[in-house]
Amino acid sequence: MIPEIGLAALWLAAALAALQLLAGFIGARHDNAEIASLARPAALLQAILCGVAFLCLLYVFAVTDLSVKLVATNSHSMKPMIFKLSGAWGNHEGSMLLWITVMAIAGGAIALIERRLPEKTMMATLSAQSFVGLGFYAFLLIASNPFERLTEIPPEGNGLNPLLQDVGLAFHPPTLYIGYVGLSIAFSFALGALLTRNVTPDFARVMRPWVLAAWIFLTIGITAGSYWAYYELGWGGWWFWDPVENASLMPWLAATALLHSASVLAARDALRTWTIMLGVIAFSMSMVGTFLVRSGILTSVHAFAVDPQRGSFILALLVLYIGGALVLFALRASTIAEGERFSVMSREGALVVNNVGLSAILGVVLIGTLYPLFTEAFDVRVSVGPPYFNPVSAIFFLPMMLVLMVGPLLRWKSDNAGRIMKPLALIGAVMLTVLIRSLFYEDIGLLPFLGLVLAAGVAVASVAPLFGRSLRRTPLAIWGMCVAHLGIAVAMFGMAADTAFQKERLVAANVGDIVEVGPWTGQLDTVNAVAGPNWTAMQANLTMSYEGGPGQEAHPQSRNFWTPVMETSEVALLTRWNGQLYVAVGNQGQDGRWQLRLWWKPFVTFIWYGGLLIALGGALALVGRVASDLRRRRHADEEDMEDELAEATA
Amino acid sequence: MTSALKPKHQRLVLIVLAVAALIGATLLAMVALRDQASYFYVPSDIAENPPEPGQAIRLGGMVEEGSIVELPDGVSVTFVVHDGVARVPVTFTGILPDLFVEGSGVVADGSMDVSGTFVAENVLAKHDENYMPRELEDMTPDQVRETIAETTG
Repeated sequence: MIPEIGLAALWLAAALAALQLLAGFIGARHDNAEIASLARPAALLQAILCGVAFLCLLYVFAVTDLSVKLVATNSHSMKPMIFKLSGAWGNHEGSMLLWITVMAIAGGAIALIERRLPEKTMMATLSAQSFVGLGFYAFLLIASNPFERLTEIPPEGNGLNPLLQDVGLAFHPPTLYIGYVGLSIAFSFALGALLTRNVTPDFARVMRPWVLAAWIFLTIGITAGSYWAYYELGWGGWWFWDPVENASLMPWLAATALLHSASVLAARDALRTWTIMLGVIAFSMSMVGTFLVRSGILTSVHAFAVDPQRGSFILALLVLYIGGALVLFALRASTIAEGERFSVMSREGALVVNNVGLSAILGVVLIGTLYPLFTEAFDVRVSVGPPYFNPVSAIFFLPMMLVLMVGPLLRWKSDNAGRIMKPLALIGAVMLTVLIRSLFYEDIGLLPFLGLVLAAGVAVASVAPLFGRSLRRTPLAIWGMCVAHLGIAVAMFGMAADTAFQKERLVAANVGDIVEVGPWTGQLDTVNAVAGPNWTAMQANLTMSYEGGPGQEAHPQSRNFWTPVMETSEVALLTRWNGQLYVAVGNQGQDGRWQLRLWWKPFVTFIWYGGLLIALGGALALVGRVASDLRRRRHADEEDMEDELAEATA
Repeated sequence: MTSALKPKHQRLVLIVLAVAALIGATLLAMVALRDQASYFYVPSDIAENPPEPGQAIRLGGMVEEGSIVELPDGVSVTFVVHDGVARVPVTFTGILPDLFVEGSGVVADGSMDVSGTFVAENVLAKHDENYMPRELEDMTPDQVRETIAETTG
């Protein structure tokens, strides 16, 4: 019964999306207030219905209702409850339901809250949002019904891919999806503004908090995904330039550019068309990412099933929405009036460099990701990895970092360099010191070397806008910018330090043997078998000490899952403030020795601290923006009341 | 300075700048891809048209039965990858993927050395019913049957 309720809720939600599309369109087109008044309730009700459908899916997974095909193929009654629930979105159909649920809730939220834009633009926006939604409803209901029943109920389910049975990962897909799909709001606002030819600073102010919110989740999702790959895959890397990672990086790059150009539009009424374009591109990249990841065109742990029908369906949606939006953009862009002028030496000028740099990196990543698919059409199989992505994206990234140091210090519209000489001299001095110090390290490689120097410069520059300000009266949005930029410096430092200074040892050890890596020494004490709820493992027990300090235990495991049958490596991590010891255990050789792989990774944790700082900066900015909007609104209300009072007394 | 420009001209300058940067990025990407993409080879490709020693390539095929030999250092192995036509000897130092067994499909990143041995830097063999290296789809029907029997059986 529950699965049928979920399915019915989905169909109803799809019908409401159709209603919202029509009501919004007619409302915007013919100024018909009566019909337009249907759009907002339709969006709200749709959000509620999708929420109900998603709860139904969670329920069937929680009770392991094996008559539902999705549960039977992806779950197992012996799994811990948290993984039963996370299994609901750890598969194609469930993840698409999550997608549409997030999209409906985001649409419901703007319908409920957003009243600052002209009603006509708002109607066009809601209409666009439901137009995109409808395609995904169709995809879900026609090609990937999550509530499909089985005629023969199997005695037990197939289980979830063991690599996905991890607490961190349980929350990775929802976080990333809120980010991906939250960008649909920017897409819809951009289309709404284009359709009604209403690109104003107000439009940027309205769109900005939504983009910020999506961007925060995207940042957290990417950071968490990177950490997951680091400790779960057992290869000690934190970024593989895997197409799946690129799929999440591309919308992030576009959203980051959008945030910066939206602040130019909001503050200075410049970069109008460009901001609209980025709004379209950001969500387009989310859809391209989904296509790459979910269509089965790439194989990875994320491509749940290879199904050509689904691939072509998503491709058709992609062409329809991205193509449609770009055509609309091409038709309307020339009718948007030029914005305000600015000089090269200004905040706007620096932000243009930021935008061009981010777009160029986006282009580089997109080309590198699609290239193997392109050559495959000619029957040539290639793979593109770090030797391409690292240097080519660095060419654009490094100059961007230099501009990042200067930009936040500059005034809007026009400025002269002389005014900011003092902070620039300080930044330069710090970079020079680090540069000279780094020259003493041998063989650290060009990119890590530049990374260390730039990280030092960006770290100082990120807090430079606070110099000479009263810290208590500094707006939260400025704090947010400083914290986010500091996060970039911290992450960059972590990446550079790990790449430059990591030590790796691969040994075959008997029980009792001494093992060493970098500043760590220790020994393999024992190896024993352990068992979990749905796995058994060989566990190596090591005692390791840092520079002769007290011994710390490490217990890496090589796990065997039974449902489905698969082996995974559980690494052991010993975390210090200045880095992590990373231990993985491999197979036992014929001579009885165990393979151990140890890494000492100096400051590697800074990569993820940096990611979290970037997200925190976004959160501060979001709170600041929303608070000042509320204050302004309250002000306006009071003025209205005063006006009314004045009229009444007159 | 640009402040002397009319708004229309400023917009033009910005468009030119953006287009130039994107075209630059594209050209740079294409040049880099020509050098840096690593090509996929099966053993018969290597026999027919051997890649330069040291050039990054991917090798895919089946691990020959009885060919896995552990070296005395305890962390290196050698094995032979074949595609039913040709054979390539491979050495690898590191922890092998858990599903790496004789007779299974394998994809490895690395390069050929001067003696004609493939030095693998990374071996990918994790595959269950949901995960199979895409390159294996290119194998002969015989090998596909073998792989399927192994992954589902």
